[in-house]
Amino acid sequence: MGKNFRRAGAAVLAALTATALVACSSEQAPQGGGESPAEGGSATDTIVLGFSQVGAESGWRAANTKSIQDTLTKENGFDLKFSDAQQKQENQIQAIRSYIQQQVDVIAFSPVVETGWDAVLEEAKAAGIPVILTDRAVDSDDESLYESFIGSDFVLEGEMAGEWAKEQYDGEGYKVVELQGTTGAAPAIDRKTGFESAIAGSDLEIIDSQTGNFTRTEGKQVMEGFLQKHDDIDLVFAHNDDMGLGAIEAIEAAGKVPGEDIKIITIDAVKDGMQALADGKINYIVECNPLLGPDLAEIAEKVIAGEEVQKRIVVEDQAFDQEAAKEALPDRQY
Amino acid sequence: MPTSPTPAAAGHAHGESGGLGAVARHHLFWPVLALVALLAVNTAVRPGFLSVSILDDHLFGSPIDILRNCAPLMLVALGMSLVIATRGIDLSVGAVVAISGAVALTFIAGAPDPASPTTVFLAIGMALVLGLVLGVWNGFLVSVLGIQPIIATLILMTAGRGVAMLITEGQITTVTSAPFKTLGAGYWLGLPVATLVAFGVFGLVALLVRRTALGMLVESVGINPSASRLAGVRARTIVWTVFALSGLFSGLAGLILSSNVMAADANNAGLFIELDAILAVVIGGTSLAGGKFSLSGTFVGVLIIATLSLTVTNVGISPLVTPLFKALVVAAVTLLQSPVMRRKLAERTRRRGRTAPVVPSDKPADVSTDKVVA
Repeated sequence: MGKNFRRAGAAVLAALTATALVACSSEQAPQGGGESPAEGGSATDTIVLGFSQVGAESGWRAANTKSIQDTLTKENGFDLKFSDAQQKQENQIQAIRSYIQQQVDVIAFSPVVETGWDAVLEEAKAAGIPVILTDRAVDSDDESLYESFIGSDFVLEGEMAGEWAKEQYDGEGYKVVELQGTTGAAPAIDRKTGFESAIAGSDLEIIDSQTGNFTRTEGKQVMEGFLQKHDDIDLVFAHNDDMGLGAIEAIEAAGKVPGEDIKIITIDAVKDGMQALADGKINYIVECNPLLGPDLAEIAEKVIAGEEVQKRIVVEDQAFDQEAAKEALPDRQY
Repeated sequence: MPTSPTPAAAGHAHGESGGLGAVARHHLFWPVLALVALLAVNTAVRPGFLSVSILDDHLFGSPIDILRNCAPLMLVALGMSLVIATRGIDLSVGAVVAISGAVALTFIAGAPDPASPTTVFLAIGMALVLGLVLGVWNGFLVSVLGIQPIIATLILMTAGRGVAMLITEGQITTVTSAPFKTLGAGYWLGLPVATLVAFGVFGLVALLVRRTALGMLVESVGINPSASRLAGVRARTIVWTVFALSGLFSGLAGLILSSNVMAADANNAGLFIELDAILAVVIGGTSLAGGKFSLSGTFVGVLIIATLSLTVTNVGISPLVTPLFKALVVAAVTLLQSPVMRRKLAERTRRRGRTAPVVPSDKPADVSTDKVVA
């Protein structure tokens, strides 16, 4: 008992500290490195890069952050200024403004939302600081506001999932249910579009589609509803691994065998998803690669050196079936 | 299914107000009607909606899914009812849910034998104690330091997920542990364990509150804290206790939620559950102004919200309009609950009654039941 209380006490203390951190991070984090050698803007040795991350909302995002922090190190010639926007656009805008004031060499960020960036990006442009987007795009008519956008092609991911389903199951009249991501989110819209266009012309039929908000709990609840509503589901297409893992729980609870009675295709390839794939509970996973660090480093170096870079850089996404998962699993980084 | 809330509701109603049974029935009438209407819509769309079959020695069907999935909200809303009755509010319940799941799963994942019952009991005990401590913390801020409840619990609401993230190190912690899975996804005597636990706790608290003077004391504190203190009620202890209980119940809810999917998701576990809980309490007819509260109303409110979620899937409402659909249902229920609105409706009915067949406005219960049946 005493030990439990001490643990709990520590957690309460941690809670208080965390409040303080939350309060500070949005204001102070970007100003941390005032004494950096970036002043003249001359990119002799180290490139000073200010990065504003969306937040830490998922395992995918954690892997993404780690990749960036591990790649943009002092040894690799970078001085990384990292700030976490806690899923708030105003925090990101504030962070970007602060990077502009510090006259960093390059600004990179994953925009929380697609719109509302023109003003702050104009400021960066006026200050002569190049901007690189990672993972998510901005919706702006003026493409000169950023140098490059590095990220996965969500439509392509949906297409890869659909292509495989068509290849494997066309001609068997499969009934498909879809677990969509958060309504309105770019990955949800694009993956749905991609999958639908890929299975067009086959006899695979999407009989129901509902949002599971990218979470396991909701994925499970929606799948439970589907299983009660339809007794002829052959295939589940989930927009991410977590919802697929929730669906597995629901299918098992309904006395069916996931991967056998009901096939499952998901997108992301996080560790738990890959494990389930290797265990035969998922049939196919299209990867959405979070390891954007190396690409970001390369583009930043090129931009500073004045080389031409592509406006859109598509990160290569692999796909895994059960055999490939068993091979890949031991050395997965995330 | 529709039978289950009614007897419970009736039972509480009698305990609540004794001779004023008719008034109590009136108070629960609209929430129950909303629930019945929702079930009716679902049955109309899919006639087999209410059917329950036996699968692998346990009951299986949509009603069972509703009963199981409502368990966490049931526990959170139970604590919330008591807190609201003392004129307080607890915004930190979602954060406590996340922390409790994170602590339990991280402990189980780190244990040498995740499947051993001892490990699981330790993990559950640890999470419950932690939930209680967090509740005591809230209660301390409110009752001893006199901070307004909405501010006091906001602290933990904002910080809690950060704490849960620290515990899980930003990852979604997954475990395989059969005994732990029983809590959220297992069955006992054919019924979901989660439901049995939640309903059991709910029943116990309802008994405790209504068979002893505790409920009355809670209400007196909610109506006028100073007056009750002067009358000899230990207002501080009562307020402190309800916040502690809210924390404890949220901790249990967090265990059930994480056990259901065998994963602790610090970001999403129990997200917005505080709002659902407040909604369930309000739908159930408890006033946010404190004082009188109705646990039976909360019970029905929780069932309405759980049924609403499944309705979206069952009826096949497009995700694009789901929030709107939910808002409309909730708005309708809340409007029907409002005394002003009801009076207006009654007046209109009476006026129309002169030309159309007469509708006795003092007996709305029978009229509307007929409508639903027809």
